[in-house]
Amino acid sequence: MTPRTITELAAALRDGSTTPRTLLDAALAHVDRTEQDLNAYLAVTRELGYMQADAASHMLEEHPDTASPLCGIPMALKDVLCVDGIDTTAGSKILRGFKPPYTSTAVQRLFDAGAVCVGKTNCDEFAMGSSTENSAYGPVGNPWDIERVPGGSSGGSAATVAAGSVPYSLGSDTGGSIRQPAALTGVVGFKPTYGRISRYGLIAFASSLDQIGPFTRTVEDCALVYTTIAGHDPRDSTSDPRAVDDPLASLHAGVAGMRLGIPREYLGEGTEPGVRDAVQAAFRVLEAQGATLQEVSLPSTDVALSVYYIIAPAECSSNLARYDGVRFGSRVERPSLTDTYLQTRGVGFGNEVKRRVMLGTYALSSGYYDAYYRQAQKVRTLVSQEFEAVFKEVDAIVCPTSPSVAFPMGSRDDPLSMYMCDVVTLPANLAGIPGISVPCGFVDGLPVGLQVIAPRFEDARVMRVAHAYEQATDFHAQLSPYASAAA
Amino acid sequence: MTETATIAAALDRYEVVIGLEVHAQLLTRSKMFCPCPADYTSAAPNANTCPVCLGLPGVLPTINQEAVDFTVRTALALHCDIPPFTKFDRKNYFYPDLPKGYQISQYDLPLSVSGHLEFPVGGDAVRCGITRVHLEEDTGTMHHAGDVLQSATSSLIDLNRCGVPLMEIVGEPDLRTPEAAREYLVRLRQILTYIGVNDGNLEKGSFRCDANISLRPRGAQELGVKVEVKNMNSFRAVQRALESEIERQTEVLDAGGTLVQETRGWVEAQGRTISQRSKEQAHDYRYFPEPDLPPLRLDAAFVERVRATLPELPEARAHRFQQQYGLTAYDAAVLTDTRDEADTYEALVAARVPAKLAANWQSGDVAALANEHHVPLQHSGLGIDGLASLLRLVDAGTINGPTAKELLAELYVSGGNPEGLVRDRGLAQVSDTAELSALVDAAITANPAAAADFRAGKQRALGQLMRAVKEATGGKADMPLVNRLLRERLLEQ
Ligand SMILES: [Zn+2]
Repeated sequence: MTPRTITELAAALRDGSTTPRTLLDAALAHVDRTEQDLNAYLAVTRELGYMQADAASHMLEEHPDTASPLCGIPMALKDVLCVDGIDTTAGSKILRGFKPPYTSTAVQRLFDAGAVCVGKTNCDEFAMGSSTENSAYGPVGNPWDIERVPGGSSGGSAATVAAGSVPYSLGSDTGGSIRQPAALTGVVGFKPTYGRISRYGLIAFASSLDQIGPFTRTVEDCALVYTTIAGHDPRDSTSDPRAVDDPLASLHAGVAGMRLGIPREYLGEGTEPGVRDAVQAAFRVLEAQGATLQEVSLPSTDVALSVYYIIAPAECSSNLARYDGVRFGSRVERPSLTDTYLQTRGVGFGNEVKRRVMLGTYALSSGYYDAYYRQAQKVRTLVSQEFEAVFKEVDAIVCPTSPSVAFPMGSRDDPLSMYMCDVVTLPANLAGIPGISVPCGFVDGLPVGLQVIAPRFEDARVMRVAHAYEQATDFHAQLSPYASAAA
Repeated sequence: MTETATIAAALDRYEVVIGLEVHAQLLTRSKMFCPCPADYTSAAPNANTCPVCLGLPGVLPTINQEAVDFTVRTALALHCDIPPFTKFDRKNYFYPDLPKGYQISQYDLPLSVSGHLEFPVGGDAVRCGITRVHLEEDTGTMHHAGDVLQSATSSLIDLNRCGVPLMEIVGEPDLRTPEAAREYLVRLRQILTYIGVNDGNLEKGSFRCDANISLRPRGAQELGVKVEVKNMNSFRAVQRALESEIERQTEVLDAGGTLVQETRGWVEAQGRTISQRSKEQAHDYRYFPEPDLPPLRLDAAFVERVRATLPELPEARAHRFQQQYGLTAYDAAVLTDTRDEADTYEALVAARVPAKLAANWQSGDVAALANEHHVPLQHSGLGIDGLASLLRLVDAGTINGPTAKELLAELYVSGGNPEGLVRDRGLAQVSDTAELSALVDAAITANPAAAADFRAGKQRALGQLMRAVKEATGGKADMPLVNRLLRERLLEQ
């Protein structure tokens, strides 16, 4: 038995061949078997899970036809998503023991649909990183090679789907934190349009860039999860009120007649040859499906990275000010207030978080604001405008998700080389546009991801292109050793 | 030299430049960015809080539209422009009463700009520019076991006030005397309470004021070194603190010294300001646009809808009272001091009480009773309707002044129907000419000496005769009529 998709499990739950409890038992057993190698979870929510599984059984019995396809199906949540009464650490020591008294809107929508929570997944501290090595609770192993990173920051959420423990999970993507780990672990990862998914209850890294999204085994599953969590939330003023297009309606429409752009800047020198080959092969597959491919240009790509590393740290320096030890989380008690602040934050935050808080504080300081933050906002606008111009020529952009495949743990100890991981994903965050990663091949047994990017609110189009590609290939059906072992 | 004389002497040589910043809490039902009640005084500490105003991880602010409406209303009352585009910004600093580590405020694109306030000071018209009126959130409150946080052994934090909508009204440095500064605040508070956005309580801090003050030699173009003065919680304190600053700064300048740019706190008990923070120690607030809130677009139609909710403002109303009711400038000002006062007055006039009569009674006896009992008329036993019927009895001549005064005092507390009481107790004024003429004759007969004195030219002798008639009617005589009848009878004989 191979790990099944949401669609398959939903059918099995309805034909009586399985039950929510059976699925949860299996997921928990799988997690128990693999955690020692993977460290994908920061908390397993057994009690909550069984309660939800029983409620889901009820829903399926009472309303088998109207129950959500997600009803009774196990899933996992990145530990930056708040769940009422459940430990939520954001991968940081400073939040050790914090139990939020509320549930994030996206998660509540899953719960309302009958989802069964298996646990909270490991991640880079406050979602800052591209390898999950910045977690205060140890790194996550890539199920394809546990000596290598799963990408990040949502490494745990990606790894648990790749390992076959759960058919889907939620992550958050600020500069590529869903798409890049999806690519590195061979699963589907989707960052919706900014404003599509409520950020209420998502522990903020950089508010203007953060977006919640799913990891799944297939694009169809991705559409199912997206449809459940998307839509306006009055508690998030940046969530968009317009109606959500149903991606399932256009999922099978194919790419025939579509114009797809390949940004020349996205296949630059930094791209590993194996990745380049796999992605170019993917372009030919799309062409064979009837799409027209053409080269396009996004000239600001090289400065987008710098812009990102001003805006994201600036927002993070302010967002993380609330972790002062006064009201919640861990506190290092000192006689004076200033020392209590310094020690609490000095001990509670890891190096990458401190680095970004300092970068951001500096960028916002009087005398530097104009040179850094204001200038960065101008370039950010430019990045958006370049995308808009390109989308006048093409319907969507296709490109690699990550310039490299999964790299060995500890191999990128210089922050800049780590930051380069996100060079082709973060422009979509700056522009607020949707992007997805689908498996598109392997290099030495390590997965490669194809990224599809479309204009704002064309989330359905992103999934349509990705689905067309997925249906023409079988990379998504290949299993990591941990998922094969589940059979 | 007395303080006033010192100030006067200083003002001869130096021009004083004062600008005021007012923080006014808005009387909205809920807080600025969450649904918690904005009333922070009547709840137990930290009872009116939620994840949003506690600054817990992952929660987001949402804008209170009522607070936006109130601020626009204020801006319009202060003749400000409302730009079509405004946004919120984060002001970053660490303090335990600020749970998020930043205050959501407005920086470079405030909700309104370029207004003014006009008012008289000692007969001269003063016009003070309003730089901006913007919207932000209040902080929590702290209770230290010790004087200040630094030396306290422990501190308790109450976040009930945290997130209460706060309006910052920044005045231009157009004020030239402490008296003008005080008058500006009096007028500003009057307007805010008139339009119902703030309760104007300086003591409790719902209306707070900081002052910037500098001195420059008369004729100088360049502004002097600016000192910010805080901790003033009454109008009197503002005036005294500014006077004290003028004295202090004058002494330094006269001695050839230089002032430092700093923040000073007013110490009421010592009657002086003390240095709190120098410019070098000033915070770098690292303002940047609040990414959790989209910019606000306030279109002209919205602004006009808010404008339509503006009541007539005190100055305009006082002017109208003079025109419409023939009141003196003084009476009109007194009767429009608060919106309640003016509404009461117009209710009395609408209830057929002559304008002048209503003005005299309302600003005289009624005001005294309201003061004495700490109860405004509308909440007294008498009420506005009761006062109107009482004054109609006066106007009709049914009761005389002294009777009305006594009834007013009684009914203010106990309540009751004036007409019924006058009837039941037989308090109606005796104004029947025949009846009074008989009593007048009786009084003259009974007091021959007084009658003779009056006829001999001693006007004062009339008093004794008047009293005799008044007593004979149990105090109910129409005294002006008695006066006339006495004179006629005494002079005809
Ligand atoms: Zn609240």
